[in-house]
Amino acid sequence: MANLADMIMILLILTNFALLGSSLLGMCINIAAFQGIIIGVLPFVTGQDPVSIETAVMAAGAMALKGVVFPWLMFRAIRETNVKREVEPFVGYSTSLMLGVVGLVASMWLAGRLCLPLAGKTITNTSLIMPVSFFTMLAGLFLIVARKKAITQVLGYLVMENGIYIFGASIVMERPWLVELGVLLDVFVAVFTMGIVIFYINREFDSIDASRLAHLRDWRRAKNASAPGI
Amino acid sequence: MLIIALILIPSLAGISAFFIRNDPARRMLLAATAVIHLFLSFQAVSQIPLSPANCCWLALDPLGGLFLMITSLLFAVVSIYSVGYLGREGIGEKKDFVSSYFFVNAPEAVFTGCLLLFLATMTMVTTSQHMGLLWVAVEATTLTSAPLIYFHRHHRSLEAAWKYLLICSVGIAIALLGTFFLAVAASNQDIPLTVNGLMTHASNLEPTWLKAAFIFFIVGYGTKMGLAPLNTWLPDAHSESPSLVSALMSGALLNCAFLGILRMFQVASSAGLAPFGQGILLILGLASMALAAIFILGQTDYKRMLAYSSVEHMGILSFGVGLGGAGAFGAMLHAVNHSLTKGMLFMVAGNALTAFKTKSTLEVKGMLRLIPVSGALWIAGILAITGSPPFGPFISEFTILKAALDQGEWLAAVLYLSFLAVIFVAMATIGIRMAFGTPENGVAMAKKEPVLSIAPCIALGALVLFLGLYVPPSLDVIIHEAARSLGFL
Repeated sequence: MANLADMIMILLILTNFALLGSSLLGMCINIAAFQGIIIGVLPFVTGQDPVSIETAVMAAGAMALKGVVFPWLMFRAIRETNVKREVEPFVGYSTSLMLGVVGLVASMWLAGRLCLPLAGKTITNTSLIMPVSFFTMLAGLFLIVARKKAITQVLGYLVMENGIYIFGASIVMERPWLVELGVLLDVFVAVFTMGIVIFYINREFDSIDASRLAHLRDWRRAKNASAPGI
Repeated sequence: MLIIALILIPSLAGISAFFIRNDPARRMLLAATAVIHLFLSFQAVSQIPLSPANCCWLALDPLGGLFLMITSLLFAVVSIYSVGYLGREGIGEKKDFVSSYFFVNAPEAVFTGCLLLFLATMTMVTTSQHMGLLWVAVEATTLTSAPLIYFHRHHRSLEAAWKYLLICSVGIAIALLGTFFLAVAASNQDIPLTVNGLMTHASNLEPTWLKAAFIFFIVGYGTKMGLAPLNTWLPDAHSESPSLVSALMSGALLNCAFLGILRMFQVASSAGLAPFGQGILLILGLASMALAAIFILGQTDYKRMLAYSSVEHMGILSFGVGLGGAGAFGAMLHAVNHSLTKGMLFMVAGNALTAFKTKSTLEVKGMLRLIPVSGALWIAGILAITGSPPFGPFISEFTILKAALDQGEWLAAVLYLSFLAVIFVAMATIGIRMAFGTPENGVAMAKKEPVLSIAPCIALGALVLFLGLYVPPSLDVIIHEAARSLGFL
């Protein structure tokens, strides 16, 4: 199975680059959904022991959530808010890709510094897990800060969460299903709540451009904050 | 059993609050649940076993018990205040006083329901013994409190709610990674991820991963706690949410996030990493105080001023634990004092906001004339929060200072004192200018102050004064035990 695990890791790296370089919002959501699904496969290919039923159910739940429910929620948000289907970056696509390469190298370096305690029953059969999970988190964080729309920030949050999930699913052995269920539930409610807030942002500002959310600050505050939509 | 009831009662009440149509009945439910919760938590805290059970994921130890008491007490007082507040808010469109257009409130049922669920999740944070469960609970507090910030549906509160939701979710996601790192550190010998299990097997934990986990915990939960420089969401959320929500966030929620850091600190210190952790906490504490001092100077929005003061006090807590020894005792006592004082100040600020219809420190004058009781409480509260005798915060801040001097940390002590002095001058100037003088002509003469909006403030004020004169032995024992469980004393 080692080859399969490695292949998935390489696929994950490619999805991250696709997210950084893609200009279409719908495309980005689809890529993130695809990423969610292949991450759900991870527990089946990285472990050496046969997978327990709880783990399998949780992995299936995570796949359904990340691959189906979240994309559906986000496409709905796009439809209802009538936004432009472009990502609108602060940082251009080619620069994003360059920074992505830098991020990948940095993740490789960092993962090389941290070595897993390999005593006894560890757990993975591919050396790429740590760099890939760090790289996915970095890509998510980058999407949050370098894209204008509120919905791409949610997307970035999800990608970051995916990165953490890669780490957890393939390296950490003791993951009580109750905790995992709680984590999934929290992420679900978080995305759901963010979706609701996006509706309100759209109604209030006539746009889901998060860079307009800049009225609250300490200095240089205008005497009267300008009305929304201007 | 009692602990499960403590979580279940507010959850069930919260869920049913969504469906109750009758406003007065729902408000009664809120107040009744809060009082029952207060009663049960004191019951639970009085039954804390001296040697914590190793078996359970949900259990109360002195550290969690202390924070549970603070949360429950503050929530009970705030819920009484909220009965009057919600009665005054009413329904329909209201004029925004910053920019002149109209907004409506969120449905009251949603607000009350989220308030009660918020209490349930905070209770879960204080009683979680499992690091994963703790994470789930802390993230749940974010999700249940975000709708509370967006109660007044205008664009500023929306912006605040969005920033809060996104920044805290990302921050807490980092804490999840920290939790996984901790699991890796423990993966050699099937160590359970409960606080107690980790502490007893601390010597078997992998030190590199433990250090990494500690740093991720600090960054993650520190974002939520408002430690500089991760505090960017805090002044916005505190200034735009209804005052009673600000009181709860400042007095209870920030403490819960701090508890997340303390849990990790317990583990790190029993693994012999205490000096490493203390160094980080000390520096972050001083940085928070410095940043708060800069932003309080010349602050023109009094709710933002109180918010930055919360950043300062979170810094003091972190500084105290960073010093260790008597400093940790002072920090635990200070958590109590700060929560009660800041809760009162935010509610008084809410009264001022109702009377003056502005959050600008320059436009509020003559609180003592217009709203005499709130005005007097405002002065007392400002003096208390800046550490003047005879109020509670003076005792705890002094304990921390004494610990710093006893340990010969001269530089830290000097910095600590000078930040406190700057903040004292800045806040006292603003506070006194707001209290004295005559109200501007445009301000309508207020009717008599409603009992429900001043009685809770008086109660908290009296408690803060009482704690400044006398620390009851039962509280003293819990605080000592809490400080001991951090590995000090």
